[in-house]
Amino acid sequence: MNMLQAINNALDIAMAANPRVVLFGEDVGVFGGVFRATSHLQDKYGRERCFNTPLTEQGIIGFANGLAAQGSTPVAEIQFADYIFPAFDQIVNEAAKFRYRSGDLFDVGGLTIRTPYGGGIAGGLYHSQSPEAYFAHTPGLKIVMPRNPHQAKGLLLAAIRDPNPVLFMEPKRLYRASVGEVPEADYELPLGVADVIREGRDITLLGWGAQMEVIEKAAALAEQDGIDCEIIDLRSILPWDIETVCDSVLKTGRLVVSHEAPLTGGFASEIAATVQERCFLYLEAPIRRVTGLDTPFPLVLEKEHLPDELKIYEAIKQSLNY
Amino acid sequence: MTGDELCIPIFKRLRQDGTLYPVDAAQRQSDDARGGQSQDTTSIERDPIEREKALKIYRTMLFTRVLDERMLAAQRQGRLSFYMQCTGEEATVIGSAAALEDDDMIMAQYREQGALAWRGFSCDEFMNQMFGNERDYGKGRQMPIHYGSRDLHYMTISSPLATQIPQATGYAYGQKLAGKGQCTITIFGEGAASEGDFHAALNMASVHRVPCIFLCRNNGYAISTPSCEQFAADGIAPRAFGYHMQSIRVDGNDVIAVYEATLAARKIAVETHQPVLIEAMTYRLAAHSSSDDPSGYRSKKEEAIWRDKDPILRMRNWLEAQGWWSEEEEKATGDQLRREVLESMKRAEKLAPPALDTLITDVYDTPTPLLKQQLEDVKQHIRKYPHAYPKGAASMGFTAQELEDSRKAHQERLQRMQSPKPVEGHQLVESHQPVDGGQTS
Repeated sequence: MNMLQAINNALDIAMAANPRVVLFGEDVGVFGGVFRATSHLQDKYGRERCFNTPLTEQGIIGFANGLAAQGSTPVAEIQFADYIFPAFDQIVNEAAKFRYRSGDLFDVGGLTIRTPYGGGIAGGLYHSQSPEAYFAHTPGLKIVMPRNPHQAKGLLLAAIRDPNPVLFMEPKRLYRASVGEVPEADYELPLGVADVIREGRDITLLGWGAQMEVIEKAAALAEQDGIDCEIIDLRSILPWDIETVCDSVLKTGRLVVSHEAPLTGGFASEIAATVQERCFLYLEAPIRRVTGLDTPFPLVLEKEHLPDELKIYEAIKQSLNY
Repeated sequence: MTGDELCIPIFKRLRQDGTLYPVDAAQRQSDDARGGQSQDTTSIERDPIEREKALKIYRTMLFTRVLDERMLAAQRQGRLSFYMQCTGEEATVIGSAAALEDDDMIMAQYREQGALAWRGFSCDEFMNQMFGNERDYGKGRQMPIHYGSRDLHYMTISSPLATQIPQATGYAYGQKLAGKGQCTITIFGEGAASEGDFHAALNMASVHRVPCIFLCRNNGYAISTPSCEQFAADGIAPRAFGYHMQSIRVDGNDVIAVYEATLAARKIAVETHQPVLIEAMTYRLAAHSSSDDPSGYRSKKEEAIWRDKDPILRMRNWLEAQGWWSEEEEKATGDQLRREVLESMKRAEKLAPPALDTLITDVYDTPTPLLKQQLEDVKQHIRKYPHAYPKGAASMGFTAQELEDSRKAHQERLQRMQSPKPVEGHQLVESHQPVDGGQTS
């Protein structure tokens, strides 16, 4: 199964299990979404539960907030994460604060927002962004970013059933590129819990989503030099698994964090600050961040812009030789 | 064609003197065509609102007016941080609420306390929210007037303007799927209708056929911006046509017109799953909020014109003409409401603030470990300086004496800071002394 099939399968299972799950967004109906994540679901569940919306991101999320407050379980698609900003207010001021501001009289916990993010698809500056850090500053939201089909299915099912609004960011570069074994059955993976992909002794490498593939390649390169890397997939950006990350750094004494988004104010900054606060005396070297440049996303020079295995490999060596 | 050619008339039922307009000529003609049975329609017309309901509407209007007067005064006395009056718009807000079923959802903007009062929100409940005490359903998190009630199907108010409008579309869609014959009404001002959320909401409501009533209170001003600087066309009502929706413009100070229009809109919304837009032409007689002074942007003369169209007075005239209300009842009710509001305010002021733990609850369904730790950090800090955080300290069980001791200790610290620096050498000796009276740990 590839990642799109896994997502489609998760949506199918969620809709079959709960008649109040409603899917909508631009082109998600007959067409099945521009990436085909919602293929055949309208046929199966009808136009009332899977439908196209007008082209209005703020309308989609405003509508989703109301529907969730009413007690339904909306899964709203924003076609590209680059186009989520018209809905920013409905996400950060409304969805995220609904429960808190009403003292738990009302909530939009049923809401899940799916959106494809990230570069590497020759998408230029408006089809490549990774805006997770903007939303990570918003208490009340959960932000989840899967790295492969197995995760995508388990995390999406958990997101849909989580009693809090969840922003589910799908690495579109991996939609078809990432293929793996995915159980047919209904299963969930926990939100807010990091995944230690590989244990190691010398340094901790941390990332999420599409970046994990790159990090694993960098670890393989480092292994040639006899460096034993521990690799952690954060999986949830908000809330994030501080314990797992800090436990790892206490053991290895070194940390490299990598993400596609720009450096300044990126989520790696938050991680670095927290880790130095909790692990200061155990650090053998400064925490390194390997990220996109502080520029809009380029088209032709995207390989140069993006953090890749060589950039991460260099950061690993610098950390070890500090 | 331009919008100028499309001028929507205003549906009116009640004159300021309390008499009803005659049913219009078009209606009479169609009655004639059906067999000429029509007589003088005004004389045979049944009461447009039955007595009991009319009196409840009127009492709710009076309550809202008294609440507004008292709470504005309380704000001026410094007892309340902020307030927003409904004054001048009572007929729009309460007349529309009265036309709905009790389990229809109301998603209002912020000025619609009348709708909530109509549903039975008690005076104490209003006060608890405004004073943000431990009984406030919102747990003291929002400014005064951000009411909400799950039991009364009144969505908690959100400050960002117009955000409730597309939410109402979604809520109404859910009601349609649930199939219980309910609808949603969303209320907003003509200023909010400039936001993108308004257009997104109407378009989606129309495309997806949701049972939603969009009620615009066109009250003339968005804070200081007059409606002529808000839109260039003939108000808000014609916008519905662009979205293939039915629309009606009513006299917003005419409670009967608003009531009848909303009844009809509800029927359309629930029976045919079509959204409806109502534009109520009214006037914000009061300031935008307690922080605003309208004398800076509009004339007393203009306000006086609208004071003469007072919706409460208009309804009172009608009730008295019906023989349903009297001068004595007016006075007795006013006195009783004023007493009720004052007593309730005193009670609410005395109640404790929300518990300290409410700082971190309801962010998520359960507090995260990081939130719990942050609360612990705050508590530990309060234990050191309880006098600086009296509400939190009270919630943690500190006594008045302990707060006083803490305050004194801190004052001594401050005094040492301000006292002249000792000469060098002397300071070296001093530095071996306990810094704060032996309390160093």
